[in-house]
This record gives sequence, C-alpha cells and structure tokens, in this order.
Amino acid sequence: MNALEIKNLHVTIDGQQILKDLSLTLPKGEVHAIMGPNGSGKSTLAKALVGHEDYIVDSGTATMDGKDIFDMEVNERSREGLFLAFQYPAEIPGVTIANFIRAALNARQPKGEDVDAVAYYKDLYSEMERLDIDRKFTSRSVNEGFSGGEKKRCEILQMSMLKPDYCILDETDSGLDIDALKIVADGVNHMRGKDRGILIITHYQRLLNYIVPDRVHIMWDGRIVKSGDKSLAFEVEERGYDWVKQEQTASV
Amino acid sequence: MSTETAINIDREKGNFSYDTQYEYDAGIGLNEGVVNYIADVKSEPDWVRKFRLKALKVFWSKPMPTHWATKDLENIHFDKFRYYLSKGQQPSRSWDDVPADVKETFERLGIPEQERAFLAGVEAQFDSEAAYSNMKEELSKEGVIFVGSTEGLKEHPEIFRKYFGKVIPIGDNKFSALNSAVFSGGSFIYVPPGVKVKQPLQAYFRINAENFAQFERTLIIADEGAEVTYMEGCTAPKFETTTLHSAVVELVALKGAKIQYITVQNWSANVFNLVTKRGLAGEDSEIKWIDCNIGSRLTMKYPGVILKGRRARGEVISIALAGDGQHQDTGAKMIHAADETTSNIIAKSISVGQGRSTYRGQVYIPKHLKGCRNNTECDALLINSNSRTDTYPAITVRGNNNSVQHEASVSKVSAEQIFYLMQRGLSEGEAMSLTVNGFINDLVKQFPMEYSVELKRLIDLEMEGSVG
Ligand SMILES: Nc1ncnc2c1ncn2[C@@H]1O[C@H](COP(=O)(O)OP(=O)(O)OP(=O)(O)O)[C@@H](O)[C@H]1O
Ligand SMILES: [Mg+2]
Repeated sequence: MNALEIKNLHVTIDGQQILKDLSLTLPKGEVHAIMGPNGSGKSTLAKALVGHEDYIVDSGTATMDGKDIFDMEVNERSREGLFLAFQYPAEIPGVTIANFIRAALNARQPKGEDVDAVAYYKDLYSEMERLDIDRKFTSRSVNEGFSGGEKKRCEILQMSMLKPDYCILDETDSGLDIDALKIVADGVNHMRGKDRGILIITHYQRLLNYIVPDRVHIMWDGRIVKSGDKSLAFEVEERGYDWVKQEQTASV
Repeated sequence: MSTETAINIDREKGNFSYDTQYEYDAGIGLNEGVVNYIADVKSEPDWVRKFRLKALKVFWSKPMPTHWATKDLENIHFDKFRYYLSKGQQPSRSWDDVPADVKETFERLGIPEQERAFLAGVEAQFDSEAAYSNMKEELSKEGVIFVGSTEGLKEHPEIFRKYFGKVIPIGDNKFSALNSAVFSGGSFIYVPPGVKVKQPLQAYFRINAENFAQFERTLIIADEGAEVTYMEGCTAPKFETTTLHSAVVELVALKGAKIQYITVQNWSANVFNLVTKRGLAGEDSEIKWIDCNIGSRLTMKYPGVILKGRRARGEVISIALAGDGQHQDTGAKMIHAADETTSNIIAKSISVGQGRSTYRGQVYIPKHLKGCRNNTECDALLINSNSRTDTYPAITVRGNNNSVQHEASVSKVSAEQIFYLMQRGLSEGEAMSLTVNGFINDLVKQFPMEYSVELKRLIDLEMEGSVG
C-alpha cells in the first residue's frame, strides 16, 4: 500500500514507556494533522519513526510503501523518502546552508556522482525565493544564530529541496509570526500532491486554516484516541483536550 | 568541480611500495661511518662533512625531550633505521629519464599531472634523493634557483652557507641535530630581489623502503621584495615497522619579501614525524606557514617565525587531525625581536576516537619593544568522548606598549548534530566529515583551491575510516 503505516507501536525512552500501542496510517496524497497535549508523545512518534537511537521500539511496525523502516539505518530512511522537520533543529557551525543541502542531495546520487552545481543553485534560489529567505542565508552556518522562525523556514527549505515522499512537521508553526506562518503554509501547500504524504504536528488550529488537513488525529498518553476530519481541530480548540479525555474515560 | 588536478595523496593511494634496487645504502643503524658514507656518496665539500660530524655529537649528547613531550618518543629505535638509500642518479629534468619504478610511484601519486596543471616547479624525492627536479624556464631566466640541497650547497655556496643552519642551529633540539648529521634531499630555493613567483613551487617527499628514515633539508631565501609560495606533500606506505621522518626547514625573508609555506601531510600510521620549521623575517617582510597534519603515529611540529625586522609579520595556520591511535603535537612559535612586529596564530585540531591532539605555542615579546601585537586562537573539536586535547599556550609579553589577544575553545560534535545530518541522508562518516570541514572552513578558504579540495578529500577518507 502506498502509505506510511504505523501499527501497534510501543516506544520507550530511558526505560519509560511513552508510545503505547499507537496505530496510524498516512496514505500518499493526503495531509494529516496530529494534535495533543504537551508530553503526549508527538515528538516521540516523530523521532522514533526517523530512527533516533534514544527511542527504543519495543514492538509494532512501521512501513513506507510496504518497506519496513525499522530495518533501515537513519540515513537510509531519509534516502528512502522520510523527512522530519525538527521541532528543535541542531546547529552545525561552519557548514553553510548551501553546502549542507548539497551534501544531502549528493548523498542521494549514485556513488561518486554529484549534483550539477549550476542547476542546484538555480533550484535553491528559486525555493528560497518562494519561502522568502534572503540569499545571504546560503552562506550562513546551518541554524547557527538563526531566530526561531528562521530555523523553521530553513527546515521547510530543506524539505522542498529534498522532495521526500513522507514529511513529518513537528510544530513547524510554533514561533512563527503571522506573515511567516502564511509563507511556510504556502511552502507546504506547494508540496502537497498525490505522490506525497504530510503529517503535521501542531498545537494550533490556526495553522490548519492555511493548510487544510484531510484528517485530524488526537493523541493522548501515547496513542491516537480520536480521529476525524478538519472539524475535529475546531472542536479541540473550543472544548480543550479534557473533553477528549473525558470521552475516553467514559468509553472505557 | 574536478578533483583531478589536486595532489592525490590519500591514504590508500599512498599505500604501495616498489621493490627497488638501491645503488647506495648506508646500512642499518647510526654511527660516524654512516655520516661519512653520506658525505662521500654526495662528494660534499669538507665544511659540510665537519658540520655533519659535529651535529652527530650534539645529537648523541642531547636527551630525548620526554620531560615535556610524550613518552612514545622512547619507542624510536635509532639503531633500527636505514639512514641513506639512493639509486645514485642525478635528479632528472624530464619524467622520461626517471627510473621506471620511481616514475610509476609519482604517477600513481599524480605528481606529473599537477605539475602540468598548476605548478611553477616540482621536486620529487624518493627516499634519500630527488628523482626529478624541474622548474619553468622563465623562472631560471629571472635568476630563480630551485634545486636539491646537495646541488644548492655545491653550486651556490655563497648564498647557501650564509643562511644554512643559521635560522635553526644544529643544537636547536635533538632532532634538528640528527637532521644536520644525516640530511639528504629537500630543496634549496633562492628568489632574487623583486621577483614574484606567481605559481607555487612544490616538493613531494616519498618514503618507499621499509625501516627507512627520511631527513630532508630545505632552505628558502626570498631576497628583498621577492615573493614565493612553496608547497610540500608527503606519503609513505603502511609498513609494520616504524619509520622516522625528521626534516629541517629554514626560511629567510629579506626586506619586504613574502614567503608562504604550505604543507599537506598524510603520513601512514607507522611514521614518527618530528620536524623543525622556522623562518627569519626581515623588515616589512611576511612569513606565513600553513600546516595541515593528517596521519602519522606521532607528529611534533611547531613552525615558528623570528620577527627580526621592524614591521615584520608572521603567521601560522595549523590544522591537525588526530585519528584513532595518533598523536598530533603541533603548534607555533613567534619570537618578536623588533618594534611594530605582528604575529597571528590560528590552530585548529580535531581528535577522533582515541586520537590525541596537543597545542603548544610560544609567543615572546620582550620588554624593550614597542607596538608589537600577537593574536592566538586555538580551537579543538572532539569527536566522541575518548578523544583528548591539551593546550599549552605559553605567552610571554613584557612592556606596556605591546598587546596580545588569546582565545581558546573546545567543542564536541554532538550526537544530535550527527543525527540531524543523517536524517538528511548523510552516512555517519559523511556527517562527521561535514562537521569537521565546517570547523576548519574559515582556514581552508585561505588555501589555494587545489589544496583545499585535497584537504577536504583527505578528511572525508579519514572520517569514513573512523566509522567502524
Ligand atoms: N530523553 C528523554 N528521557 C526521558 N523522558 C523523555 C525523553 N524525551 C521525552 N521524554 C518524555 O516523553 C514524554 C513525551 O514527550 P514528547 O516530546 O514526545 O511530547 P510532545 O507530545 O511532543 O510534547 P510537546 O507538545 O510539549 O512538544 C514526555 O513526558 C517527556 O518528558
Ligand atoms: Mg514535541
């Protein structure tokens, strides 16, 4: 199946179980949103999927178009088309944005081959223009001294250059002013398409006004407890997570 | 971008050797007989023989500097090395006349190719002697001399003797004494007043034979207003037994002259690399050492400048990469001896795995001088927690009219950085390589393009090799 499929996932960090039997399917061509209270395990899901070593998968499966991703190295997952826009991206001193993205693209080429430099810069500049990032940024060190919003925009720039099949955006909207939010949303909408699945982790319904999701999932205590269409986001905004929690307890 | 023109001295490319027949062989071990043998084979004038024999005595009399340096020096067994090996031929001016096995060695290392691409002259040394030495004709017409040390001392004694052993005296340290006793090969360069050599001159030092110890000796003199850039590359095959490389390099920049000396060194892990390098800078002159140390078992090297003339400038840019099991003990010396002299030291070291790097600096500005300035910056990058780094800056500045600035930093490549890069598709080795290249990026920008490409490639290889 052409989807990112997560089944019965259990993940522990430092011996503490965080994800408890989480299942979720993100078909290609769709945009899904995950909302949930602080500490419910949203970032944990993202990190476990991309293979951070601190996140131990105890049981469950995750496949990308049928391929088992837990069987792959971190960089293999990336090259197979899995991308995470980090909530807190790392700084890499001395490595320019331009060299960094180029190295990432070169890593996708057959061994010994590099991307064409002229075509690369043409692409890079046009994507930067779309995301309203000043050209001066190409020669700045990755994330070093960037404002919160600049970091987020830079994550989206990387995503649009790497053109992954499945994108996870972890709170890409936090810390953005309203203009930046619109630009980032445009950038994401531009990437929407039948060949790509996008999973947006957010706390704010506001973002979903600009990127209208096909489905909304509510995460609570390490699992998806409710799924629905975009109206679910409004409901949560209005009634809070307690409402979901109460509904949960009532149904048990 | 093509890397084809860069000097190809990567670890694997350098890891081969030929079963060569040597006409001259001083045998194993060190004694007066060996020193006399070398002087005889080279038919040197008497003053050189005396200089050598005196140096041998100084060498025996000096203790190993283990009171401040690593105890690993005790693992150098001077009686196990071969001190002189040559085929007995004069260096050829044409690659066609170079013996087949030697020629093939340098072809595999890419030397003739680079010469065509971007060099003004090349000297290629195979064990003790240069096999090839050539310079563009325009330069000889302008009076530039670029020959081996033996030819230099025989054919140009009036210039050679004036400076030889003056910047680095025999007894400077135990290894400068050893080099003075058994030196062979290396370059002698003289650039006449006002002549600016635009393309670099390059020397390439190759150890081919097992147990062979190499002692090249280089003397470069830039006369008033002259300018020259010299680059050296080195490799040796991976042998089971240890090898010693112990060079002495003396630079003299007369009034208003500029000398830039670039080293990109990639010794195999069995080489003890103990080198003394120093320049004497006259009024308004400039000496710049760019020193990249990758590989070797132990490197001890502290390029220095004696700032003797008013407004002289000295600079050391040093990059050291200590891989697993390696120790890079590097640094710089700046001795201010005139008013308004300035010096700048930027040293960056990278330690990987059990690799160890040490920075040793010495900056000396005496009280009676005015308007002197020094800037020292040393930054260390650690890749994984076993790595070790030490800094001994030793800055002595007296007098109120002089200024120094000193900054040091130690940073670590974090697991989060590597993870971030790997999430973008880079392998662990590529990720480490990118962070290392980022760390030294501001320095590498100052290199000639061919060398920065080469350095990047060497780091890529080293980092790939360091991931299990
Ligand atoms: N390295 C760690 N060691 C121990 N506990 C951790 C670690 N990382 C996360 N946790 C815990 O796991 C739980 C889930 O954290 P996670 O970051 O996934 O939440 P989140 O849903 O993304 O929250 P937020 O909305 O605040 O970003 C939290 O209780 C957190 O404290
Ligand atoms: Mg989070």
